[in-house]
Amino acid sequence: MPRPAASRLHTVGNPRKSTTLTVMTALFTLYCLLPLVWLVINATKSQADFVSTFGLGPGHEFALWDNIAQVFTYQDGIFARWLLNTVLYVVVGATVSTFLAALGGYALAKLDFTGKRVFLLVVLGSISVPGIALAIPQFLLFAQLGMTDTPWAVLIPSFINPFGLYLMWVFTAEAVPSGLLEAAKIDGAGEFRTFLQIALPLLAPAGVTVLLFSFVSIWNNYFLPLIMLKDPDWYPLTVGINQWNKLGSSAGNGALVQNLVITSALLTIVPLIIAFLSLQRYWQSGLALGAVKG
Amino acid sequence: MAQARQPDAAARGPRKPRRPQAGLAFIAPFAALFALVFIVPILYAAYLSFFQDRLVGGTTFVGLDNYTKLVRDPQFWDGVARVARFTLVQVPIMLVLSMALALALDSMRLHGTKFLRVTIFLPYAVPAIVSTLMWGFLLGVKYGLFGSLNKALGTDFDPFSPGTTLISIGVMVTWAFTGFNMLIFYAALKAVPRELYEAAAIDGANELQVVRAIKLPALRGSLVVTVIFSIIGTFQMFNEPQILPSMVANSGVTTFYTPNLYAYNLAFTGSQQGYAAALALVMAAITIAVAYAVQIRGLRNASSGR
Repeated sequence: MPRPAASRLHTVGNPRKSTTLTVMTALFTLYCLLPLVWLVINATKSQADFVSTFGLGPGHEFALWDNIAQVFTYQDGIFARWLLNTVLYVVVGATVSTFLAALGGYALAKLDFTGKRVFLLVVLGSISVPGIALAIPQFLLFAQLGMTDTPWAVLIPSFINPFGLYLMWVFTAEAVPSGLLEAAKIDGAGEFRTFLQIALPLLAPAGVTVLLFSFVSIWNNYFLPLIMLKDPDWYPLTVGINQWNKLGSSAGNGALVQNLVITSALLTIVPLIIAFLSLQRYWQSGLALGAVKG
Repeated sequence: MAQARQPDAAARGPRKPRRPQAGLAFIAPFAALFALVFIVPILYAAYLSFFQDRLVGGTTFVGLDNYTKLVRDPQFWDGVARVARFTLVQVPIMLVLSMALALALDSMRLHGTKFLRVTIFLPYAVPAIVSTLMWGFLLGVKYGLFGSLNKALGTDFDPFSPGTTLISIGVMVTWAFTGFNMLIFYAALKAVPRELYEAAAIDGANELQVVRAIKLPALRGSLVVTVIFSIIGTFQMFNEPQILPSMVANSGVTTFYTPNLYAYNLAFTGSQQGYAAALALVMAAITIAVAYAVQIRGLRNASSGR
């Protein structure tokens, strides 16, 4: 344990580093990294090497490029289609849901309207409705409306993000000064223009936070597309990869393509990790803003 | 939404006569889609839950039959008991870990704090399907490390036998969500005014006293939030048990392993939609009730300043 006496030599804002604490935290970090390291190593192995060599050791040949080429050509290159579908679902879904959350959060924080209380209660209550328990009713309704097996069945549910609305509401209340909005309106700006030009830029840090979380949750969504889509041409990556995984399993009877499953899994998470790391700077300023105001 | 567009809120007072209308226009797109995605499906599912597909007579109105059947369905309660047990063990472990990590990262006593923080959060960005694949291979005896370990030690331990699968799922879920919860705690800690720490140092408080008197109370609000989200998350467990059986044989995962898996299998392989709808609704009600009870308790504790 670090000794408190050390604070005499170091300031409160810059205490002495503790090796014990670092090692303990680093141990947990190892647990976090282990599967990812395993994934990277095994994406470089051929199917034969995957089955025969030690999981955390290298294979006999370096087959990463070969695996990637195979992933993109297997089953007439359907992987590229899945990738594009995922990008479509994520870009449209995250953008629309974030914008709707900003609009709604702004209205809740800064504008008055009848039924505000009821609306808040219902939407906040809906945060605790389990997404998966909701997906089956959504499927039943969309099937009735003839919308299943179309991209809309995946897109429309992703447009609504009650937790995002809640975050935008809290952030707007804290980060957008009402006086600024009044001033814009006195200058003759309409409600919508005031929102777009005054409030929205101030909401950017919170917006990036909501966008990032929508991005991750839509990219990673498995259950909703699994039940909504039958046509493999509309699958996102998550459902597609599991389709390949099932090919050679104990239940299936096709050829084992685990090298392709592993490589496609790696290709699936790389864009997410890049997006997360590059968005993190903005996103941390969002957190910092919340911290300063909160 | 036709009703929503009426400027009927003029009664709100003469001070801001134009505001009510604007607020409705801003909220309308969200509200309309919210109705389509949340409210109408739930109502429709409630309607469907009064019907059954029968071999003779097709879809028939059966009143509350689906619900009485569900209450007496041992497979449903088996799943509920499993996720409840899982929640009781997994959520405390995960949240204590997240809190300890957040405190460690916030203490500024670590080397490479930024790297550690980002790495611990990283698993959150990995889809459940990929995490299940990785852990399934990694822990599996056929290709994974436990296979190598068993071979080296001559042991016969299987992380995916009927008795151990739930523990392995716990390892996966903890891996995926500890970082996310850690960040919520970490943000709450960052919001503590730094002057408090300086004041505490002047008063001669040591690190543990600072944690106990300043940091832990600051985490109370986020603890309520993380507990609720974790309970909701584990109660609706689906991805891992749905994917695992295609990876490992004899994992002990049944078609009714969790309530959601059961609902899925009823709706899609058993085509008992009315029954599945009833199950989904009851499960949502149970989850909300549990989350709500925790919230009430948590808030009461927080306000009584325990």
